[in-house]
Amino acid sequence: MSTPPLMDHAELDGGPPRHPDGEHVHTFGLWLLRIVSALVLPAVVVVFFLTFGFLKDEDANKAIQVLVAVVVGIGGVWALYWGMDRAISQLPDRSARAVRPFAFVGPAMALLTFYLVYPAVNTLVISFQDKDSEAFVGFDNYIRIFSESKYLISIRNSLVWVILVPLLAVGIGLAFATMADKLSSRVEAFTKSLIFLPMAISFVGAAVVWTFVYGFRPEGFGNQIGVLNGIWTGLGGNPVNWLQTSPWNNLFLMIILVWLQTGFSMVILSSAIKGVPEVLLEAARIDGASEWQAFWKVTFPSISSTIVVVWTTVLITVWKVFDIVFVMTGGLFDTQVIAQTMVEEFFTNFNFGIGAALAVLLFIAVIPVLIINVNRFRAQEATR
Amino acid sequence: MTATTETRTVVPTEMKESRFRKVPIYLTVGVVALLWTIPSLGLLINSFREPSSIRTNGWWTVLGDIFNTATWSLENYRVVLDEGFSNAFANTVAISIPSVVIPITIAAFAAYAFAWMKFPGRNVLFVTVVGLMVVPLQMALIPILRIYTDFDVTGTFPAVWLAHAGFGLPLAVYLLRNYMGSLPASLMESANIDGADHFTIFYRLVIPLSVPVLASFAIFQFLWVWNDYLVALVFLGIDPNVRVLTVELADLAGRGEGALSLLPAAAFVTMILPLVVFFSLQRFFVRGLTAGSVKG
Repeated sequence: MSTPPLMDHAELDGGPPRHPDGEHVHTFGLWLLRIVSALVLPAVVVVFFLTFGFLKDEDANKAIQVLVAVVVGIGGVWALYWGMDRAISQLPDRSARAVRPFAFVGPAMALLTFYLVYPAVNTLVISFQDKDSEAFVGFDNYIRIFSESKYLISIRNSLVWVILVPLLAVGIGLAFATMADKLSSRVEAFTKSLIFLPMAISFVGAAVVWTFVYGFRPEGFGNQIGVLNGIWTGLGGNPVNWLQTSPWNNLFLMIILVWLQTGFSMVILSSAIKGVPEVLLEAARIDGASEWQAFWKVTFPSISSTIVVVWTTVLITVWKVFDIVFVMTGGLFDTQVIAQTMVEEFFTNFNFGIGAALAVLLFIAVIPVLIINVNRFRAQEATR
Repeated sequence: MTATTETRTVVPTEMKESRFRKVPIYLTVGVVALLWTIPSLGLLINSFREPSSIRTNGWWTVLGDIFNTATWSLENYRVVLDEGFSNAFANTVAISIPSVVIPITIAAFAAYAFAWMKFPGRNVLFVTVVGLMVVPLQMALIPILRIYTDFDVTGTFPAVWLAHAGFGLPLAVYLLRNYMGSLPASLMESANIDGADHFTIFYRLVIPLSVPVLASFAIFQFLWVWNDYLVALVFLGIDPNVRVLTVELADLAGRGEGALSLLPAAAFVTMILPLVVFFSLQRFFVRGLTAGSVKG
């Protein structure tokens, strides 16, 4: 035991500490060292960014800015981690082992605290204040978002979005993955990349793409340039202003997100389908099951946990959708959704109280997903 | 003799039968793939058309006349690139690279500590990080914007780099820790016996072994940052000097009929790099997705 193993992994199973006599290291001084070691690096980075004025200069050469950032981002940060590691190595062995993890974890924690934890708490506080964040108003903002029709419509629309879009994206993705799996691998790869392609496109870009699907010209104002009206008028109908016809315009906006998200669910479900043991399927077929039955009795149960994961992932994306509505309709014609209404309250109406309350609503609704995530992590930990 | 010949004669007919049965599948898959492609295809065709014709008739009207060179033109791309999209392209590159590099570096160290070091609060901290994955970044906008305004850093690149780093960190730590935690413990122990310390094991052993997951996250984060509109809009703003492609494109889309002929080319300028990255590195991306959301 004279040279204690450096790898602490062996200790992970919660056994008693290897050195019960070393309890004295858990002192105030040690914790101070831990906190300092965790914060040195973020502090240096902040000082760096605040001192170097040229980084604020809009006209500064962008190439130099990027170069500096990459040098700092890789070289500098690595050097700092390394320096911290060397400094900690000067400590007595046991103290060094107790302090080092904090130097590794600290910068990430500092960044997360600043960019997510603090703002989340702050937003919660703002949501109980008036529009200028000057006085506390209790639950007034929440009462308003659940009573005024403008907000109620956006909540209603968001709920329809999170029901329909994941249903369609996962449904089509699953059906496509299942069918493509039965084709030759070259055809499968090619058709899958066509479905997959929209994943690389931004929501703003997608909105522009679909401008030329939903485009509308009133009768007598020239030819239709949108595909949908092209087909519709070709079939003898009168041109329809798809994006201004409530409530169906919501559906047309949702289709854009389905178009973007199906590739994601299709790819993940496809790899899950390929993971289903062929033996099981063969056994089912020998027992006389049709392909349809084999799918529902064998494949579907084996991939159900993946379906849940994909479903919730798509659901969270849908819940936070903002760009598509913002660009296509600006939330007009009863198409507003929560995330877009929130941005509008923040940056157009400057009603910070309401905006924050809507942001909190976005967060609270995904807490069940947080619980699922934590449980999955626990379950995974238990099997390690 | 009988067994082998029997299977030999049986197999082809079975295959023929199943190939025949696959016709509806081929048809369905083909129709869906075509439906999925039409919107982008229309945009691509439009982007190469002569500007006035984009406004006067639909892109499908050229399909019967594709060899008529008078309908094709690069004019839209020329105008778009002159109109600020080349500057916006440079800005987006300048935003994206550090916004990918910084979180990866920081997350790698944290993930290593979570996977292979023991310290008080380790599980609580990691569960907190996983939990932060579902905090919508909308929650962060106003508080961060207020701090940025106080320190007068809105509209600067580092402000956006660090914001993207912060927002991307939970997923990065989660993915990397899962991957690093699945590396064999025996490997670490033997390195330890050979006298390597944590830092050496980290950069000599764990980082090289983690290249696939690092690449996956890098692609994921790159696509996210490149395609981001909200963060760039709030923290960089609409100042033409610093604005990114999505902001530039949304601005163009907001100008209505007059800018209609420029939209397709502009949209393709914003898409070209992510599409190239995406298709050349699709393998890594898919692996990252499946590692992140299917495992467990």
